[in-house]
Amino acid sequence: MPSKNPLSLIKTKFKLYWPLIKSLQTGLLLTTGLAGFLSTHHAPSIPILLQVTGSLFLSISGSTILNMWYDRDIDTVMNRTHNRPLASGKVSQKEALGLGLAFSIIGVGWAMSVNLLYGLIVLAGLFFDVVVYTICLKRRTCWSIVWGGISGGMPILAGRAVALGGIDLIGLLLALAILFWIPTHMMTFSMRYSEDYRAARVPTFPAAYGLEATRAIIALSAIIAAACIGVAGVMIGVQAGFLRLMVVLSAGLLLLSLATVFRPSERINFGLFKYASVYMLASMVLLAL
Amino acid sequence: MKITVLDRLLLLITGLLAAYQVVAGINGLEKVPIIAYTIAFGALLVAGLLLIILGFEILDSPFVVVISTIMPLSLSLGLVWEHVASWRIPYLVFALLGFTAILLTRFLPIPSRLPTIVLALIHSVAGLVIFVLPSILAANGGASPGFALVGLGGALIGLGGLLLAFLKAGRPLLSRVTILRILPALLLLMTLAFVIGFSVT
Repeated sequence: MPSKNPLSLIKTKFKLYWPLIKSLQTGLLLTTGLAGFLSTHHAPSIPILLQVTGSLFLSISGSTILNMWYDRDIDTVMNRTHNRPLASGKVSQKEALGLGLAFSIIGVGWAMSVNLLYGLIVLAGLFFDVVVYTICLKRRTCWSIVWGGISGGMPILAGRAVALGGIDLIGLLLALAILFWIPTHMMTFSMRYSEDYRAARVPTFPAAYGLEATRAIIALSAIIAAACIGVAGVMIGVQAGFLRLMVVLSAGLLLLSLATVFRPSERINFGLFKYASVYMLASMVLLAL
Repeated sequence: MKITVLDRLLLLITGLLAAYQVVAGINGLEKVPIIAYTIAFGALLVAGLLLIILGFEILDSPFVVVISTIMPLSLSLGLVWEHVASWRIPYLVFALLGFTAILLTRFLPIPSRLPTIVLALIHSVAGLVIFVLPSILAANGGASPGFALVGLGGALIGLGGLLLAFLKAGRPLLSRVTILRILPALLLLMTLAFVIGFSVT
């Protein structure tokens, strides 16, 4: 018999809803947004910082939930995702759609109220992610990840734009870094779960162009992403010590990327996937310090 | 052998200490020592991260010998450059040639015992420099007594490097399980000794 205690009900709902927002992915994107905000190295306005955090969290979570709602049929087919709350029926489609829309509308509305340009960039990120990437392209072409990458670059661009009051070259470079980092993350993932993607009929680079070409693209994107972050770091005026650490972490990323090309293995591929996340998180912290 | 949570924790602390050293521990030095120490502690940081992510199986990679050579070679180069001006260029040449020799003997099909001899020679020289130089400087007043800790770190890195290198070369000095059991703690102690030692120079 279901409990009528409101606290227990909230707890149960929270447990069900939490996986809908893919907390690690949302957390990483939120971190890039905050890093963009703090990368100006002006004394941050705490109220604005809190509003940026809240609005970005809601917008990113909202778009993630909407993606999961739209892709529920894919999730049901894939081994890796068939236990997700929507695919397994623990959360109803209507409930998820309502939650996704509510988060997105409140998040974008809040962002617009903070700063119009910031709000428009957040809206663009949501639009590219949900409409262009998920609804229009994901099931048609493996090149959809470019649009996924563009939407992934929006939080950092938005964060920097709200702090500066405009878009600058550094913001664009940082967004470009995320765009080129996304393939390192997503293509290694699609290589690891290629059977799942094949079963769900989602086109991927490994399926379309083969493993060798995909590995080469991963290595190339890692080099470009690291270069963009490095140049942005120099332009921002990151302290020499932090810059050295960025170079070291970038070297690790390049080493692993090259290892996937010249000594490919499932383990190295998975290592690159994990390292790429650590790399991005660490780079964001270093840019913000 | 599976990596444990404790191993991961020790490696994480090692990585953070190495990162600290790269960021704050080498400011104000000349260009060459800064580059050399950045490579040394950077290699340690990346190696720690890869061990945390991939587990001990990563030690089966041929890159391990290269990484475990980069660290002592570049650290010893930094020390020599900083403290023995007359050896700077000869040691730089030795470091570059040594690294090239390791690369060639690891990735080209060279039969016989040459790869093992090259490995042992380069590790021994680099390890001795890291152990002996700070110890002498600390003993004769050329540096603070605490600098001897760098020498202790040198002894530990020499031990770790040799254990790993010979394991990889197929001539293990200790069993694989024993090496893996002590490796995270050894790396942490070594890094701690370096960080404290360099901070009191």
